[in-house]
Amino acid sequence: MRRPILLVLFALLTVPLGAQSPAPLQVPFQQFKLANGLNVILHRDPSIPLVAVNLWYYVGSANEKPGRTGFAHLFEHLMFEGSKHVPEGQFDLLLEGAGGDNNGSTSNDRTNYVIDVPSNALELALYLESDRMGYLLDTMTPQRVDGQRDVVKNERRQSYENRPYGMASIELDKMLWPPTHPYSWPTIGYMEDLTAASYSDVVEFFKKYYTPNNASLVIAGDIDLDRTRALVEKYFGEIARGTIVEPVAPPAAILTDVQKKTITDKVSLPRLYMAWLTPRMYAPGDAALDITASVLAGGKNSRLYKRLVYDMQIAQDVSAFQQSGALGSSFLIVATARSGHTAAEMQKVIDEEIERLQRDGPEPREVQRAINQMEASFYQRMERVGGFGGKADQLNAFAFAGGSPDFFAEDLARYTSLTPSDIQSAAVRWLPADRRVELVVEPEEKR
Amino acid sequence: MTLSSRLAPLACALFVGVSLTAQSPIERSKPPALGPTPQLKLPAIQKSTLSNGVPVWLVEAHEVPMVQISLLLKAGAGDDPSGKFGLASLTAAMLDEGAGSRSALEIADEIDFLGASLGTSSSFDASTVRLGVPVARMGPALTVMADVALRPTFPEAELERLRQERLTDLLQARDDAASVAPMAFARLLFGPSNRYGTGVIGTEATIKGFTTSDLNAFHSAWFQPANATVIVVGDVTATSVVPLLEKQFGSWRAAGAAPRRTAVPNAPQPAQRQIVIVDMPGAEQSQIRIGDVGVPRSTPDYFTLQVLNTILGGSFTSRLNQNLREQHGYSYGASSRFDMRLSAGPFIAGAGVQTDKTAEALREFFNELTAIGKPVSAEELTKAKNYLALGFPSQFETISDFSAQLEQLVVYGLPDNYFADYVKNLEAVTADAVMKAAAKYIQPQRFLVVVVGDRKVIDPGIRALNLGMVRTMSVQEALGE
Repeated sequence: MRRPILLVLFALLTVPLGAQSPAPLQVPFQQFKLANGLNVILHRDPSIPLVAVNLWYYVGSANEKPGRTGFAHLFEHLMFEGSKHVPEGQFDLLLEGAGGDNNGSTSNDRTNYVIDVPSNALELALYLESDRMGYLLDTMTPQRVDGQRDVVKNERRQSYENRPYGMASIELDKMLWPPTHPYSWPTIGYMEDLTAASYSDVVEFFKKYYTPNNASLVIAGDIDLDRTRALVEKYFGEIARGTIVEPVAPPAAILTDVQKKTITDKVSLPRLYMAWLTPRMYAPGDAALDITASVLAGGKNSRLYKRLVYDMQIAQDVSAFQQSGALGSSFLIVATARSGHTAAEMQKVIDEEIERLQRDGPEPREVQRAINQMEASFYQRMERVGGFGGKADQLNAFAFAGGSPDFFAEDLARYTSLTPSDIQSAAVRWLPADRRVELVVEPEEKR
Repeated sequence: MTLSSRLAPLACALFVGVSLTAQSPIERSKPPALGPTPQLKLPAIQKSTLSNGVPVWLVEAHEVPMVQISLLLKAGAGDDPSGKFGLASLTAAMLDEGAGSRSALEIADEIDFLGASLGTSSSFDASTVRLGVPVARMGPALTVMADVALRPTFPEAELERLRQERLTDLLQARDDAASVAPMAFARLLFGPSNRYGTGVIGTEATIKGFTTSDLNAFHSAWFQPANATVIVVGDVTATSVVPLLEKQFGSWRAAGAAPRRTAVPNAPQPAQRQIVIVDMPGAEQSQIRIGDVGVPRSTPDYFTLQVLNTILGGSFTSRLNQNLREQHGYSYGASSRFDMRLSAGPFIAGAGVQTDKTAEALREFFNELTAIGKPVSAEELTKAKNYLALGFPSQFETISDFSAQLEQLVVYGLPDNYFADYVKNLEAVTADAVMKAAAKYIQPQRFLVVVVGDRKVIDPGIRALNLGMVRTMSVQEALGE
């Protein structure tokens, strides 16, 4: 659950960085709330004359109802189709004409919208972003819903049905989470639910979730702080506050045994997925599992890569990652077999390596190597202001998690403080052999 | 723009936390005007030369304590010998599989431990070794990089491993319509003997044939000081980095005279329109690719073509995407591009479209490819020019963005004032020039059309369009296997 954020907060870095760490992990910011509840975070970075306008709505596929899966994402598409003062098509035309780019994305937990523009188009971006927050329904029609329904169905065909192994993630989530848990259904939605989505669903969803008090706006880049603040007041201040959104209350998710399944696809090689339920984002164990993933499958010397791909050459690839969510996480190991080899052969090796990690723990150098890689990635993520994963998006991600928007140094410290025994403990506690999911994708019979 | 005085007190009121009800609606009847265009002030490219003549281009970027150091060689897949397509790419991939006194695993361990990344690759036009590293650990990482670039050992066992990896990549590509479509398009357009008809990694046959002697021969011929440029972008100065570069690369000497590059021959245009259906039974979408032989990067029409393609298929609001996605909902996205290389690469328009709308989508593609020959409106022209010109600064945001821009200057021999004149050159593009370029470069009557999809469902509709001769192929046939 998110902590309430103070009404007005001016903050700089609060936790001192280690002596060896250079300054740029500091992201100075101003944060304040409008009277209607909109959270606003400003960050000045004048290195390039660009501005990122990044808006998070605190709604994702986890807020959906069964029978209407995929709706949060379908709704995201509708946000680009025009609002009361912005005729259909103009949102993109005006931004491109100003040299800008824009996008949106929907996850289980949230929906984000990014507009990146040259600094002289800041006001245009705020006008457009505020118009669809305040006035989307004024010109919404069933025809617009139908149009984007077709586009989203094609997004699903392109990214799932027609992509090799594309259906595996959907199967995996169904096996990992209980059917009433909102992480059990895909963000893209089931085809029949996309068909069923109606105009009245759009109206209801907008009124419930797309309110200023359920959103957070970051403006970062080459900005004048006072002027930007005044522009935000101007464009967003008039939008009425909505009702309070109750947090999602998911049922408990626990695996009590091994769930196995085999599906087929139009592919040449078998692929194995192994998955566990793990601690939610930022909870104890979450960072240790990121480093565990790197020890297992990050780089040539990682344990699984070295054995499966480098030494034995029975796999074409192997990856491992902690997929962190606000309501819970999953840890995945994915490996594709070489021709003539099987998922079972790979699984035997993976089991041996997990057992070895649980029994003996990792070498200090393995852990330090993974931490050093992680640290470098933190600095790389400071380079871009806009887009998905740029500084503006990261400030909003930290705010969403309930902490200070400038949680960068603390977040990094979650990793740099880890020891080999932390990794061993995480592997023992969170990667048990008798409580997990095993999914195999086998090639269809040759046609 | 100036601040409305009405707003300032309101902002102050909120600052002290007074709760207010929503303000009255503001004027929204038209979008706010843009302010004066900001000027992009790029840092200077500092040029120097190592004692063996290797040029060093350095750009200081001090926002983040990272640096990218790239060694760029003017030799790529376009320089593959006949019958050995894929050699440049495999040579590059093998560089970090053993170098100097280090094994493949030792190189990877050292680079990973330093928090660095080291990439080795070849495109059609160049080969590059790119090191990204925290500045504090630049020295030791550079030592590994120099070994990798200059002293690879090409161990037999690692070659066998990469050979199997690449053969498996080719096998897996056949599963994916979105991979098959561009590969089949290139092969059918350029043919099996022109280098551009085959992907940079080569074919099953060539990959099976490579030996460590091939790798050594390619490396010693092309990885020479006379072909090389070092590009540095990041939190460094010439004083801090050039002596390190001199130490690692300054004593590098040529094994012999550098070979002359031979341009990939310009492929002939298709004589007439033809349609090739590549069968993927059960596919939920058809992957469409349409086009012909485009232009080399050296084309005098470069800026006109950028504007033309932005109107046609280079951005979200371009005609192809508006038609196929927004108007008809046949696709998640449609686009087009001129793939410009040292010689003429393809012009290619494409989309993934739902199987049962394949013929309808093809019809719309040809409607747009024909309509682009008519005059474009002033409004559409301005939007396209502004999109490119005003968006130009975003191409320099990160050190790897900036490095990529500098690589283009080197590989294509672009002038020193290229960045400074970029916007001016775009602004000079006229509607008349766009129309002439469309007439010259977008000729739908000779386009090759490749559709990778479920043949038995899409075949009748495609034939009924009467676009031209229709052939059907299996994936293996289309890829020449």
